[in-house]
Amino acid sequence: MKFSFSPSEFAKDKVASAQEYFLLCARAMGSLFTRPIYFGDIFLQMDSIGFGSLPIVVLTGFFTGCVLALQAAASLQDFGAVSMTGRLVSLSMMKELGPVLTGLMVSGRNASGMASEIGSMKVTEQIDAMRALGVDPIRKLVAPRVAASVFMLFWLTVLSDACGVAGGGLVSVFMLGINGHTFFHSTYLVLVYGDVVQGMTKPIFFGFIISTIGCYFGMSTTGGTQGVGRSTTQAVVVSSVLIIVTDFLISRATIGIFGR
Amino acid sequence: MAADDQTAEQTSQAPASTDPVLVLKDVCIRFEKNVVLDNVSFTVAPGETRVLLGPAGGGKSVLLKLINGLMVADSGSIKVFGEEVTTMTQKQLFVMRRRVGMVFQESALFDSMDVEDNVAYRLHEEGVPAEESHKLVEEALDFVEMGQAISKFPPELSGGMRRRVSIARAIITKPDLILYDSPTGGLDPITSTTIVQLVVKQRDVSHTTALMITHRLQDAFVLATHRFDRESNSMKPIPDNGIDENTKFLILNEGKIVFDGTTLELTHSEDPWIQSYLS
Repeated sequence: MKFSFSPSEFAKDKVASAQEYFLLCARAMGSLFTRPIYFGDIFLQMDSIGFGSLPIVVLTGFFTGCVLALQAAASLQDFGAVSMTGRLVSLSMMKELGPVLTGLMVSGRNASGMASEIGSMKVTEQIDAMRALGVDPIRKLVAPRVAASVFMLFWLTVLSDACGVAGGGLVSVFMLGINGHTFFHSTYLVLVYGDVVQGMTKPIFFGFIISTIGCYFGMSTTGGTQGVGRSTTQAVVVSSVLIIVTDFLISRATIGIFGR
Repeated sequence: MAADDQTAEQTSQAPASTDPVLVLKDVCIRFEKNVVLDNVSFTVAPGETRVLLGPAGGGKSVLLKLINGLMVADSGSIKVFGEEVTTMTQKQLFVMRRRVGMVFQESALFDSMDVEDNVAYRLHEEGVPAEESHKLVEEALDFVEMGQAISKFPPELSGGMRRRVSIARAIITKPDLILYDSPTGGLDPITSTTIVQLVVKQRDVSHTTALMITHRLQDAFVLATHRFDRESNSMKPIPDNGIDENTKFLILNEGKIVFDGTTLELTHSEDPWIQSYLS
């Protein structure tokens, strides 16, 4: 079998893909600030992405908080600092686990959904039909998903953080015997402005990544139903990896700015 | 009858200009190393129906997408209504497409919308009031004899019904140019004849300029040898073995135009490849 891999072709292909992705992002952002804006589609997507993701986000946040409290208490016991469990749960949930886990859960559910829905439309020429009927598919399909994902992921993360702290609190009070007042007081006191900014900035970026990556792979789908499957998988993999990488970059930047 | 009202209105709106509706000059496009269209040039006059024939994979669908600005040519010039498409911005393309109706190979109806919303898609985008839009949808569906399917969803329709709805969607705004991408592809002969009859009806009733791709030679010749009879509301052969003067042919093979002319010129062609293709 002939080996036909060409590094230059591979590099060109990747650069072209990145260029297409950034163009899509730019046009989607531009569509959100110029008329016509499809508000109906934005609300529809908010319902689908936000309300539809509630169960997984609530359950993930709650049980992550529970397990954090259990693990933290086991380690802190060696130093006689079990009362610090609330601080650890609160900081971990707010700064890292809340945003990242919510992002990953929503990515698994919605980036795949967007890629498969738009990909199916692409391979059945519905995207071309939309353009032929005088409608810009980026304005109609991509921009509402970006707006809805960014807005809803922010509130889903807030909810996930709250569920995480509540879960940690329940475990601490009913399983570890920590005083409830002590737990919740420490979770509140430990947080400073920089922590909240860090935790609330991340979902904005993650929401943008989930929606644009899902839509990009959907819009670039080729190869029939097999291609739709491939796009769906790629959308989840790429958005998940980008969420982790962006999490590191934002953490580094906010630590640089706020000192923690 | 609603369809007849539309007929009268469309006839009165037939383009009066004699300038070509479509002018292609030296159009080339390649995908990676494969040349798909190689210096394609032709002109379509107002009111003309141009039948685009050729073997599968010859670049016919690509040509239609280039004309509608859905793809961009590597080189050459494409003028639609006298405007250069290849240099248009996205915004200009959307304005141009309002005058062009397109029927896709597999219908390309929106699965999540019912027939009414599919046909009225462009009207909704243009902000036409719901009552007026509903009336226009009924007229367009009556024209393609699909009025009974107004509240159905595309998956509930047969292949032929989907094509008819797709035609209704393309003609609802009374476009000046209609692009048919294999409207009879994959259909049984009886359903194909129904679709060809709709193309003939649109041609003879509204005199809309059209470019139609087909793989079926018999469909192409039915188009050239039949006319639409308004009294019987059906397609009939042109008397005395006549042919429709406004129906012309274009044959594309391996990205190149191998024939461009009238029905008589096609049937009398001495080119061995064309003779073999026609036989």
